[in-house]
Amino acid sequence: MDASTSICVAGAGTIGSLLAGHLARVADVSVLTRREEHARALEEHGLRVSGRSDFVAHVRASTDPGALEADLVLVACKGNDLEPLARRIAGHFAGATVMTVQNGLGAEEVVAAYGDWPLLSAVTFMSGTRHDDAHVEYILDTATWIGPHRGTTVQDAGRVASLIVSSGLKAEAFDDLRPAQWSKLVFNATVNGVAALTGLPHDFHFAEGELGALVHALVDEGRAAAAAAGIELHDDPWEMNVLATRRGFAHRPSMLEDVEARRPTEVELIGGSLVREASKRSVPVPLQTALYALVKAKEASYS
Amino acid sequence: MRICIVGCGAVGSLFAANLAGLDDVDVWAYDASREHVAAINAHGLRLSGAGDVLGRLRATTDASELPACDFGIVATKAMHTEAAIRATALAFADGCVATVQNGLGNEETLARHVDRIIRGTTFPAGRIVEPGHVQWDVKGDTALGPFEEKPAPFAEVERLADACTRAGMPTEAVRDARGPQWRKVVFNAATNPIGALTGLTHGRVCERPDLRALVTGLVDEGKAVAAAQGIELDSDPEELIDHAAKPEVAYDHKASMLQDVEARRATEIDYLNGGIVGFGVELGVPTPLNRAIWALVKGVEQSWQ
Repeated sequence: MDASTSICVAGAGTIGSLLAGHLARVADVSVLTRREEHARALEEHGLRVSGRSDFVAHVRASTDPGALEADLVLVACKGNDLEPLARRIAGHFAGATVMTVQNGLGAEEVVAAYGDWPLLSAVTFMSGTRHDDAHVEYILDTATWIGPHRGTTVQDAGRVASLIVSSGLKAEAFDDLRPAQWSKLVFNATVNGVAALTGLPHDFHFAEGELGALVHALVDEGRAAAAAAGIELHDDPWEMNVLATRRGFAHRPSMLEDVEARRPTEVELIGGSLVREASKRSVPVPLQTALYALVKAKEASYS
Repeated sequence: MRICIVGCGAVGSLFAANLAGLDDVDVWAYDASREHVAAINAHGLRLSGAGDVLGRLRATTDASELPACDFGIVATKAMHTEAAIRATALAFADGCVATVQNGLGNEETLARHVDRIIRGTTFPAGRIVEPGHVQWDVKGDTALGPFEEKPAPFAEVERLADACTRAGMPTEAVRDARGPQWRKVVFNAATNPIGALTGLTHGRVCERPDLRALVTGLVDEGKAVAAAQGIELDSDPEELIDHAAKPEVAYDHKASMLQDVEARRATEIDYLNGGIVGFGVELGVPTPLNRAIWALVKGVEQSWQ
């Protein structure tokens, strides 16, 4: 992985756009989009990144995976779009390594079913706001964590992490991503669910009083589910929560933005995954189960 | 006899307009909304929906205008009980005051200001369409009984129940009104906040198996807290919940708490799930789901600030 590396970012929402824009400064980057006008906008105007970074990156873009080549494919779509996207890249990008960057659990397995590429798994904590097809704002400069999954090693993860770091973002490689992935799973299942139901951004309410007590109890259930799955959490989700509320900036979790825009959320992959993992091992998680049911019902209320 | 409805919102209006139809009852209404009061005085109080009624009564925003009353029926939101009874207590110096409010703790609040109190629970529901006009969504029964700490004479409880029944609001006088009250509190605490958090009507909450299971979890905690006080529920809240979910009953009803959340008004969560949690703590009965729901709805309220 070096300057001659060619990268295809598949799924250019907020996270995909942040990756594509930054990486285009150190590698040859293309973007696989779902909509024609999205590809046209990127080809015509370039991809503008504002906020913590400020530049316009030149990227190639297409809706046709056959028109794009890459050594590294970053699958960065939302969880709900993963299966259709994996189906679209099936049969393409021979010889490339594919890295999933989804919330929750199970993205690697979804992609693995559609091709025999070597796979890396990643979780990202960075955040931004997508202003339009060709403009993304970089807000939280937190890291992306990468680990080997199928046919890859920690060295492969390290090379991708270095490339991301050289592009101006933060990244770190892990021998085994699952402890980090589970930390984020428990954190997201709790914080995103509570934010989506209350309408609160991730602020001090999550760390004190009755709501803080609820967040703590939800995290305890998540810890028990992780322990039963044999996972030693990389970070304590309660500490992650407390630290995040002290940044002096109240992040709006994507699940909150989704319900406010009356879009489907990622609750199936996040809260749903956690509840299913717990139930597989007979770990009672009544509060996470309640949160999951409530967010699902909130989605149902759109229609 | 003279009856004053204290808090003439949706439920208060159902009592006020119906009682106003009786020849032997003089009805007054005390309410904070100037528009609603002005409309009632000018055009009467209109109910439509489950019943069409036009009640002629006197309404006021000024408690000092109230004459001495035989009965008060307090129907404010629970968080307004204290202010409402403090303002109107003088009118009930020789009378009895009933609460038909939601939640736990209203009788105790009344007891700080008046002496003869009736513990009450009512099931009809509606919503204010415009000043002077209330949509009557659901008919239902009312139970009244003496409040143990400062009881109204049972004969007086019977007299008020009889007037309500004759007015078209079926009401029963009972010796222990805690059973019906806890049945309704458990019902409301298990369903209202779920509607408020999800935006779903009662029927839609009940037809989602995962959500219905959560409702049952909340009901079970509430039943355990009632049982720990020796309160016998007069019927199973679960039956009430399934009954209300029927298309012809209250499938499309938006819980009052959902109406509150949509209008960004403070909810009664402290008196429902908060009340159950409070009694649970006192009695050593765990109520983790009610506590979670309480915290989430408080979070919704905090998100408006």
